[in-house]
Amino acid sequence: MTFLEINDVHKRYGQHDVLRGVSLDVAKHEVVCLIGASGSGKSTLLRCINALEPIHSGEISVDGDVVSGQGVDVNRLRRNVGMVFQSYNLFPHMSVLRNITLAPVKVGGKPRAEADELALALLDRVGMKDKAEAYPDALSGGQQQRVAIVRALASSPQVLLLDEITAALDPELVGDVLAIVRELAQDGLTMLLATHEMGFAREVASQVCFLHQGRILERGTPAQIFEDPQEDRTRQFLSRVLVAGRL
Amino acid sequence: MVPVVSPALTSDPRIAAEAPGTPTPPQRVLPTAIVALLIAALCALAAVLALWSVDRMLDGPPAAVGAALVAVGAGALLPLVPAVRAFGNARSRARLLAEGRLAAARHEAAAGREHAHTAMGYAVAVLILAMLISLTTANDGAITTTFLRWQFLQSSFLDVLGAFWVNVKVAVGAQVLVLVVGLLVAVMRLLPGRAGRPLRWMAIGYVDTFRAIPSIIVLYLVGFGLKLAEVPLVEDLSPIWLAIIALTLTYSAYVAEVYRAGIESIHPSQWAASRSLGLSYGMTLRTVIVPQAVRRIVPPLLNDFIGLQKDTALIGVMGVVDAFARSRLAASNVFNLTPVIVVAVLFVLITIPQARYVDRLLAKQQRRTGRAA
Ligand SMILES: Nc1ncnc2c1ncn2[C@@H]1O[C@H](COP(=O)(O)OP(=O)(O)O)[C@@H](O)[C@H]1O
Ligand SMILES: [Mg+2]
Repeated sequence: MTFLEINDVHKRYGQHDVLRGVSLDVAKHEVVCLIGASGSGKSTLLRCINALEPIHSGEISVDGDVVSGQGVDVNRLRRNVGMVFQSYNLFPHMSVLRNITLAPVKVGGKPRAEADELALALLDRVGMKDKAEAYPDALSGGQQQRVAIVRALASSPQVLLLDEITAALDPELVGDVLAIVRELAQDGLTMLLATHEMGFAREVASQVCFLHQGRILERGTPAQIFEDPQEDRTRQFLSRVLVAGRL
Repeated sequence: MVPVVSPALTSDPRIAAEAPGTPTPPQRVLPTAIVALLIAALCALAAVLALWSVDRMLDGPPAAVGAALVAVGAGALLPLVPAVRAFGNARSRARLLAEGRLAAARHEAAAGREHAHTAMGYAVAVLILAMLISLTTANDGAITTTFLRWQFLQSSFLDVLGAFWVNVKVAVGAQVLVLVVGLLVAVMRLLPGRAGRPLRWMAIGYVDTFRAIPSIIVLYLVGFGLKLAEVPLVEDLSPIWLAIIALTLTYSAYVAEVYRAGIESIHPSQWAASRSLGLSYGMTLRTVIVPQAVRRIVPPLLNDFIGLQKDTALIGVMGVVDAFARSRLAASNVFNLTPVIVVAVLFVLITIPQARYVDRLLAKQQRRTGRAA
């Protein structure tokens, strides 16, 4: 059954058409990878799903409920749809624990003790329980990104949007972060991730979408996209990535 | 390591001239040393003359003061030391150069120029001090006696200090109110959407108006106007409260801008992160944005607070007897400005610790941002 439905979404910045009719269905427990050149609209698409950006036409629905357009309770939507950013975006004035419990306590209305307990359990899962009281600027990029993932998970979202979460990391730290995403995929969390890690996409994705100039030019299973791409653009993109040593 | 450059680059004659193996010749030292020695000698002479005039003005001062003058005079000769050492460096440089020891000669040259520059820097400082000292003895010491007489300092000090308490009360009261009102105005100015538009405009109008009106005029209007108009509630307020209100009106406009700059300096990604977690606009502002902004604005905020403190010297226009008003009274009684100097010194004394605190905060921020980058 379709859980996240994106229907002919258009998005402009000024005169610049960034999304030009994107449609995408994501079933529950699916992992969808968005690939494509820089500037093709991957981040914008993810931000639109989370209503961080308004869309100009089209429709987005989550779990059968339309979440785009006027009058939608975006704060409720966002509790169902978590997001992790390329630059971590932790709150620097809060400890790791407070970063994670902020939304569950302030928005979810959880008692602090319960939120702390959940946060510590999640931190333990990503091997960062001992850093609960640390502040973000004392952590490495990889550690910060792991905390950011935990922060998004702490609101128990139904879908997680991941925007090039390893792009800002030193190469040796990428593995740790991807390991967590892999585990989440195995647990059946529905995820939509923009990524340049083609090897990883091939491994975890149930569906790969190639974005080109604001459109989904080609989609399919990892095998179809990576081994037998139909479009010239897709082939060109993949060969460039191959040259860059990312495949 | 061999630098990797294309052949086209190495063929550039300017680069070729500085290729390794051709040491640059040492710089000249002697001319600089001569200039430094001349300047140091002239400045020392000016200082000695100035001190001599002090000695004459005091007309045979007590032994301790005489000794102090001699000590200061000796200090004025200090810049001669590095100037002379520069000559030593110049000689060594010439000798090393003759022996063909280029690198060593270069070291001597650098040391010599450093000594000469040091001599000049200190000599100019000595000259400025000498001029200030001459000023105090000008017109037979009239300046000194007009501004600083021990006897009037003693007689007015406690009075003025007592009245300074009024300045402190007004300053602290206004600062507390300004922190609150300034934030409210800043948030008003940042209200989103069409609904927020009238309040945004009001905030802009307020800031524009009260930043433009000199605070002395606001004090005057509030101090007399509110009483004259018999505005209920306000007319019963003590003059001190009126002063606090007037300064709050003026400085909230400044501080609102400081807050706004702080809030807008927080990266949009912090908004995105907070909103993506389901926090509302207001909640994001309160728990994520403002706490970070406040940390950043402490230095500019303290600067505005120092300005506010100083403006408490204006509250005399509304009939409040503060330290400045009190000191002017005392000064006109004795025909001497020493009591006013007392107020000035009191303002300096309470401001310096704050200024140093701001410096320390700024240095800390510098280190933080330096590390982040
Ligand atoms: N806030 C914005 N204002 C104007 N243009 C934007 C903004 N954000 C993104 N864009 C433009 O939208 C296009 C798609 O950007 P983005 O979604 O970030 O691409 P990707 O994530 O695939 O690299 C780019 O051309 C970019 O310049
Ligand atoms: Mg992007």
